[in-house]
Amino acid sequence: MSSILLILQKRIVSLAVLCCLLFVAETALAQITVYSGRNRALVEPLVDRFQAETGITVRVRYGGTTQLAVAILEEGRRSPADVFWSQDAGALGALHNGDMLLALPDSLTQALPPQFRNSAGSWISTSARARVLAYNTKQISAEELPASVYDLTKPEWRGKVGWAPANASFQSFVTAMRALDGEEKTRQWLEDMRRNGAIAYNNNNSILQAIEAGEVLVGLTNHYYIDRALGSNTNYPIWFAFFDAGDSGNLINIAGMGIVAPSRRVEQATRFIHFMIQEEAQQFFRDSTFEYPVTTGLAPGYRLIEDVLELAPEIDLDLLEDLDGTLRLLRQTGLL
Amino acid sequence: MISKRTLSGLPPWYFLLPAVFVGISVLMPLVYLVIRAFDGDWSQTSELVLRQRNLILLKNTLMLTGSVVLVTTLLAFPFAWLTTRTNVPGVKLMTLLGVMPLAIPGYVLAYSLLGVGGTNGTLAQLFGIVIDRPSGFWGALLAISLYTFPYLFLNLRTGFLGLDPSVEEAARSLGYSSRQILFRVIIPQLKPSYLAGMLIISLYVIGDFGAVSLMRFETFSYALFLQYESAFDRVYAAWIALMLLALTSTILVAEYKLLKGLSFYRIGVGSARRTKITELSSWGIGLAWTYVLAVLTAAVVIPVVTILFWMAQGVDPFIWNSFGDAIRNSITASAPAALLAVFFAVPLAYISIRYPSRMSNYLQRFAYLGYATPPLALALAFIFFSLSAVPFLYQSLALLVFAYALHFLAESMGPIRSALYQAPPRIEEAARSLGVSRFRAFWLTTFPLLKSGIVAGSAFVFLSAMKELPITFILSPIGFETLAVSVWGYSAEAMFAEAAPFALSILFFSVLFVYLLFAREWKKA
Repeated sequence: MSSILLILQKRIVSLAVLCCLLFVAETALAQITVYSGRNRALVEPLVDRFQAETGITVRVRYGGTTQLAVAILEEGRRSPADVFWSQDAGALGALHNGDMLLALPDSLTQALPPQFRNSAGSWISTSARARVLAYNTKQISAEELPASVYDLTKPEWRGKVGWAPANASFQSFVTAMRALDGEEKTRQWLEDMRRNGAIAYNNNNSILQAIEAGEVLVGLTNHYYIDRALGSNTNYPIWFAFFDAGDSGNLINIAGMGIVAPSRRVEQATRFIHFMIQEEAQQFFRDSTFEYPVTTGLAPGYRLIEDVLELAPEIDLDLLEDLDGTLRLLRQTGLL
Repeated sequence: MISKRTLSGLPPWYFLLPAVFVGISVLMPLVYLVIRAFDGDWSQTSELVLRQRNLILLKNTLMLTGSVVLVTTLLAFPFAWLTTRTNVPGVKLMTLLGVMPLAIPGYVLAYSLLGVGGTNGTLAQLFGIVIDRPSGFWGALLAISLYTFPYLFLNLRTGFLGLDPSVEEAARSLGYSSRQILFRVIIPQLKPSYLAGMLIISLYVIGDFGAVSLMRFETFSYALFLQYESAFDRVYAAWIALMLLALTSTILVAEYKLLKGLSFYRIGVGSARRTKITELSSWGIGLAWTYVLAVLTAAVVIPVVTILFWMAQGVDPFIWNSFGDAIRNSITASAPAALLAVFFAVPLAYISIRYPSRMSNYLQRFAYLGYATPPLALALAFIFFSLSAVPFLYQSLALLVFAYALHFLAESMGPIRSALYQAPPRIEEAARSLGVSRFRAFWLTTFPLLKSGIVAGSAFVFLSAMKELPITFILSPIGFETLAVSVWGYSAEAMFAEAAPFALSILFFSVLFVYLLFAREWKKA
């Protein structure tokens, strides 16, 4: 026992020395560190392509978007991260408000339609996803679905709707609703939904599983899970619909990137972000992760951003940064 | 039988030093939480801390904890008794099976239990039976009880193995009936190991969020999970964490009061005799195995079949690139963590039992606070302190191992403490009187008696570290992906087929490790 511990101790010491050496070596090499809230399984092929094309080594820490954002806030000016890749606008907003993002060069901010960056130009979106109403195709037809997200509080939907108040993309949608329809109307909707027996799940997947299990009839989720599930199972009993054009329920949410303030490799980080809004990467998002591209003029393919922008409500992405107000409202209505 | 026998004076430095080191390290996250908690604007904070909902959360948490303790007691006692005190065939297999539920990540078990019911569930597809999916209080109770009862089983097993049969014989010779012996002799002697198991299960329930969030039952830790899942304002999260810690402190104090002044070693001369084994009839054996298999079906077979079912949908070959690394990473982080935790737990348990004093008692309780600190708060505290004190260690394997050991230390304390309660200090004193140094005396006499405690203790830590997520996310070296991180990553994207091989590997390596530990014990026995 004691000899094992002795070896362990030696290991720890040598590891510590190794880490010091690595730390020194690291600054000399052309490499960047990315904190990615996006899943490895989805984006690693793209990161590999970037490395092959530029010769820049990318070290990626994958994790939950919120956890990584909080980690960066906690690390402060000692953060080893160069780029933060977020699943939602709220996390980018939190870093922006914590002065942890650099202003991006015009070459990045001017490359996109204005609705896909914040006004300070400290982060841009790399792909978009739509908020939709998912439904069980075996139990209900598209014609019976409501025209507005506000209709879900009617008696005929009592106990039939699944939602995920703790989920970041749901919260972005509530933030949008507050900005578009006002604080009071949003509060009323949240309370009516709760009284109408909306069932709270912990994330989008759980909602879809509940729809599949017949526990609820419809659910408020993101669109791409359904596309992906249909890809591997053509009998998947779920499809999705938008509400009427301009309805708050049709929010277009984003995944995006910013450069972390203490980065000393701004040039390489900029190249990384730039790569993500080039045609190759945008097509990848459209075809492989089933999201919407954020640049216009892609060759016709599975899905185009132009189509969905007509349905979505118009909203300034800056407004989606106000997560605090949404959390307060969700707590006051007893949903968090 | 119950005699007070403790050593006086200060414990030797080689026990004291690791213990104090652990105490200080555990206080660190606490300091961090307090700093964060008082960061905020007071009026908003008080609104959050004093709101009515906290009372509901408290009620739910206590209700669930109490019920899980009750159910796990009913589940674990037969397991422990059968594997230590009867002639049931296949004892070793039964012991391993009884530990297996610990190797299944809680959220995987919850997922698979959910998958049994509903119009599209396993029962509906196989037999056309549609039952409601488990949810709420009952769902959470079912899932958590099924994967935590092994904590109590292994603690009780240590207790049963250390029972002194001569007391039972004495009781019998005084005309006690078997029932009286059970309630007046055996159960009181099992008290420390029962309390230790109960303590760890209570702390586990209070801190669990995997099952409660999937079953949609709102407890304190669920609220904390929601907070860390969505909010960047760390103030409210710190307050919930502190409320959780206050709750666990109450439990720690209660356990201390119940344990105070106990000791259960033999004070007679001579060596312990072999425990009397109950001969089971063939009916009894059949019944025993039926029971074990029924519990195992719910706790292990259903999740494993679910995982295999996921896998059958076709795995993207892409995952095999990272498969070997994930296995290697999981083991290189979890195995050293298990050893380090035991290395800390032995001195802590030793000084608190042999040198009971206010200080040694506090130190021991601190070990439990490390377990009660929510892992994400612990990880954030490590960022906070390691970046300012030892920046070169930040996100290194060494720091990850240390964080695991500190967090899971409490799991190894129970079995080691129970074993120590039953190890008589007299032999150690005798060895010393023969001129052996203090440390050698401990090493030659007491340490071997801790064997089954150490085996169970390191098994617990290894199994938990294999499944750990928040600490791994934040503190692991960059690119260091463990099996658990992979399971989480794929299942978060609903890529269950891809998550399956990783989940199965956690199960396989956990069982292998536990088998190796027990194999040592069985060989020596």
